[in-house]
Amino acid sequence: MNEMTNKWIGRRTIRPDGAEKVTGRAAFAADTTMPGMIWGKLLRSPHPHAHIRAINTAKAEALTGVKAVVTARDIVDFPVDKSVMLGIQDMRWMCRNVMAREKALFHGHPIAAVAATTAEIAAEACKLIEVDYEVLPWAIEIDDALKPDAPILHDFIRFEGKPSNIAGKLEHKLGDIAEGFAKADVIVERTFTTRPVHQGYIEPQACLVSVTADGKATIWSSSQGHFMVRAMTSMLTGLPQSSIRAIPAEIGGGFGGKTIIYLEPVATMLAKKSGRPVKMVMTREEVMRATGPTSASKSTVKIGATKDGRIVAAQGAFYLQAGALPGSPIRGSAGCAFAPYNIPNVLSQGFDVVCNRSKVTAYRAPGAPIGAYPVECVLDEIAEKLGIDPLDLRLKNIAKEGTKAAHGPVYPRIGFAETVAAARAHPHYQAPLGPHQGRGVASGFWFNAGGESSAQVNITEDGNVVVTTGHPDIGGSRASIANITAELLGIDYRRVSVLIGDTASIGFSNLTGGSRALFASSMVVTQSIEKVIATLRERAAQIWQIDPEAVTWAEGAAHPAGKNAGNFPPLTLAEIAAKASATGGPIGAGVQLNTTGAEGGFATHICDVEVDLELGIVRVVRFTAFQDAGRAIHPSYVEGQMQGGVAQGIGWALNEEYIYNAKGQVDNPSFLDYRMPVCSDLPMIDTVIVEVPNPKHPQGVRGVGEASIVPPLAAISNAVHNALGKRFYALPISPPKVLAALKTTA
Amino acid sequence: MAKLHISATVNGEPTEFLCEPDETMLDVLRGPLGLTGSKEGCGSGDCGACSITLDGRLVCSCLMLAAEAEGADIRTIEGMAEGDTLHPLQRKFLEMAALQCGICTPGMLVAAKALLDRNPDPSESEVRYWLAGNLCRCTGYDKIVRAVLETAAEMREAVR
Repeated sequence: MNEMTNKWIGRRTIRPDGAEKVTGRAAFAADTTMPGMIWGKLLRSPHPHAHIRAINTAKAEALTGVKAVVTARDIVDFPVDKSVMLGIQDMRWMCRNVMAREKALFHGHPIAAVAATTAEIAAEACKLIEVDYEVLPWAIEIDDALKPDAPILHDFIRFEGKPSNIAGKLEHKLGDIAEGFAKADVIVERTFTTRPVHQGYIEPQACLVSVTADGKATIWSSSQGHFMVRAMTSMLTGLPQSSIRAIPAEIGGGFGGKTIIYLEPVATMLAKKSGRPVKMVMTREEVMRATGPTSASKSTVKIGATKDGRIVAAQGAFYLQAGALPGSPIRGSAGCAFAPYNIPNVLSQGFDVVCNRSKVTAYRAPGAPIGAYPVECVLDEIAEKLGIDPLDLRLKNIAKEGTKAAHGPVYPRIGFAETVAAARAHPHYQAPLGPHQGRGVASGFWFNAGGESSAQVNITEDGNVVVTTGHPDIGGSRASIANITAELLGIDYRRVSVLIGDTASIGFSNLTGGSRALFASSMVVTQSIEKVIATLRERAAQIWQIDPEAVTWAEGAAHPAGKNAGNFPPLTLAEIAAKASATGGPIGAGVQLNTTGAEGGFATHICDVEVDLELGIVRVVRFTAFQDAGRAIHPSYVEGQMQGGVAQGIGWALNEEYIYNAKGQVDNPSFLDYRMPVCSDLPMIDTVIVEVPNPKHPQGVRGVGEASIVPPLAAISNAVHNALGKRFYALPISPPKVLAALKTTA
Repeated sequence: MAKLHISATVNGEPTEFLCEPDETMLDVLRGPLGLTGSKEGCGSGDCGACSITLDGRLVCSCLMLAAEAEGADIRTIEGMAEGDTLHPLQRKFLEMAALQCGICTPGMLVAAKALLDRNPDPSESEVRYWLAGNLCRCTGYDKIVRAVLETAAEMREAVR
């Protein structure tokens, strides 16, 4: 598995989709056009909360150039009293998110859509649509939504028997926390808040949909799963899945935000009604107002430990904003928060709070950073109170093989302790700090995921290889699949072509999400290649007229297994491929599986910050990330996942937040005012890949995409405390907050 | 409104197009000229995904009116490689995995080339501040900055 003799696994090969991407030729969602194509635009609610009494589209329809108008009447309704799930999404909420039905639930909520010969005419027509709104009081923040007299978003939601904006609760329990806290010498309890942050992909949502007169739809769009696009569009338009072909464009970033759809069903209905291909592209403002983000949160965490640093009890209550419709990632918060530690008594609760903001969408390790942030900050306080090094405190309580986690599993072999030990031993941890600088550490966990995956491996007539999988490649998964294929077949990786098939050309494959893409697809690719190699051995046996059992496969060729098998020169892949038709036909194999055994991913981070006392700016000056990758198939893209997650975590901790005005509208819906880290904000982000192979995967792979965003929030907060001697309990730690804190200290 | 007739040089080719007075260069590049390598990430000049050069000056094509291209020399990502030979920056971005999703890559490369055309020996800080107008959400910029510095070093070596 991890032998040094590997030729391709672990190599930093050039990605198969690279040349297209550095020359501007790669086709992303907005890059495709069709003859006869027209443009779709959405009319969005100007109110954060309103009953929709009536919609009159007559004037819009009469405008020259308008070809179709769509409202909620054209989208399949899923009544609120009966849940219909598609993966983790409830179609009751999806149908209402794509197009408002009874109520507009946030500023920017789609109300109607127009397709016209130009985007300008479509926008003009949207203004001609008359909507009779009854404006209602609204609730934006968690505290507003939980007040006794808060406006209730959904009459059908009840909590503890009463109408409420708490749409759901989840609880993980282990042992008895009362007993646990009774044994504690030190107890720290704190309340923390985080703000909503957007996934921030640079490519806005876009799609092009063609529906022919026989009801066959073709969708070009970028998403984290074109099978999800097909299934959701089918459910929301009533077209059967067999009539929809979803073609994955290259995806310009997703980070969870493209695990659901916004435009595709609307464009499909516009295309169906107009008889013309319809293109829809969101503006950045639409992206910021009406897609994602992830939840704001308010969390209270209490941890008790004995004098010698043994954690005896932990309790967490995590309130997360769901936005307009239920479904915040409370499972990630309540489940991941305490997962890194072996704690005998745990009570971890998550509460799903609806409010008049856009419906939240998954964001990298959904919920996990929100859960880990308060826990890892409280651990820092406990370490300080006990006079124990914070990494040593983690090592004393570390979860390892056999540990029972509060969220359910008993861990198999995991690599968490190795990440903490690597951080402890790293020169960064001992490096001297300058004036106004501080150092913080934190750890984090993400579940990782398996799920459905399909692959087809075909040998071309000239003896090369084409591999097709069904998960969109966002961060280099094609490169890793090429490495694995080359390794297993014993050929040069340049002879391997890796493609993402559309929904008509490859079997069902679940979302690229949950850090599953490489884990799952390499399993089905490996099994497909094993089948191909069996066929290649059979064909060689046929040519040599010996038993297939007497043929082995090595270094890209069939060999007689031993002297008894016969004395034949090796038959290369190309030689066998050339004779394929004569020996039984084309050579190829496909495998489809519901993969399991993903097992958790762990990360530990060290962060140094410097505080500008005059301006209140916190700068990250050094950052080292340690993460268990299981096996790094392509180390560059593992490092890339680690660095990208860290950068997003830095933005979350220091800069990024949604700002609402008094009218319940997002006040900063642009990259200028919603400040993501730019190149000059960041230092190099050093990475240390720890490899403790996943025993349940043929190459030892664990997911690596998400654990990296979990520790930074607390690592940075702890570093700021180390620099200033002052703790912050609210993110982002932005200049106004820092200056205010410095003032009170002075 | 009558359309304007514009003559410019695009990636070395004499090019003529018609545009509305209020149409952006980005829309003309992506639309009638079929050069979709320049991307629209924001439309407000904040993300740099639409970066091109106008007479050698780095600009966001979403903030430029197409009519301003009259008589100008426009260069986009599509003009960066020579035939099937990639520019050293393009090659280095591939070798050093300086892209993940790739949506910011065309703009990032155009901006990086504009830097190296001016300053063949930039410091890390100079690279970081020059590229501060090009957002990347995938990489944390680490591998991008390293690739630009490495390319600059190689190009200096080649000139010597």
